[in-house]
Amino acid sequence: MARVVSGFEHHRKSDRVIATFTGFEADLLRSLASQMVELLRNERAEPPAPTADPFEALMAEFSGATSPPEDPVLARLFPTAYPHDDEAASDFRRFTETGLRDGKAAASGLLIDTLEEAGLPPELTEEGLVIDVELTRDEAETWMRAFTDIRLALATRLGVEAGDEDYWHSLPDDDPRAQAHDIYEWVGYLQETVVEALTS
Amino acid sequence: MSAASPVEVEPTLTPDEITFLAKPWVTLVWDDPVNLMSYVSFVFQKYFGYDKAKAEKLMLEVHTEGRSAVSTGTREEMERDVQAMHEYGLWATMEKAS
Repeated sequence: MARVVSGFEHHRKSDRVIATFTGFEADLLRSLASQMVELLRNERAEPPAPTADPFEALMAEFSGATSPPEDPVLARLFPTAYPHDDEAASDFRRFTETGLRDGKAAASGLLIDTLEEAGLPPELTEEGLVIDVELTRDEAETWMRAFTDIRLALATRLGVEAGDEDYWHSLPDDDPRAQAHDIYEWVGYLQETVVEALTS
Repeated sequence: MSAASPVEVEPTLTPDEITFLAKPWVTLVWDDPVNLMSYVSFVFQKYFGYDKAKAEKLMLEVHTEGRSAVSTGTREEMERDVQAMHEYGLWATMEKAS
């Protein structure tokens, strides 16, 4: 994947956080964000255990998840808040997980919308397309959270561990896992430049 | 219905202990191999309003000790903080302060 590595910068005059992506990069970001939205919406929360109590059963239909998601990515995005108290952990999950899912889907959704409003077509066909992105500070923060979720998802799927960079770089270039790891590092680089732009 | 009745203040309880009793919970942030150090420090400054020095100290504690108690308060307050940390993608849990 040959590309000139660019990232976000703070534009002092307009107080915007700006970046320029190639059509390929923008399309890749959109694809990652779309997968995140799909993942968040797809695996519905674990249905609560069947109960003999009709009132409890009725309430269960309206309430959120009570047990951790089975998908390891979702389990990482929505950690157990009370590791030593199952009951409190289910209550916390019931009251927070739906809202957290919606917030994360909205963050990735904003990323997609911004790229498309900046000129990314539904199907990338044109060569040499350039996408200029200009974000307010709030939008940049939302992008930063979407980058975090995408990186957590990629890292969980790949099994990234602390200090394992040499392993990933030793894989042959045509290994799909090496390519996925390159994308993971690239999104990390983009995120770093957003943090720098927001703190400059 | 209840009526106010004269209450005797426990004279042995010091103001410090009263504050401590009201804040028996902590939010813990745990180390993970993914989140960037700069990002974690940014989140601590942005959400908790900590200055850069305090945010970096807590971030480094997470990095080197594997976890750090980043806030203290009532159970409700800590549930809000844990939820916010999850919003930012940080791995946070809460427990009673020891």
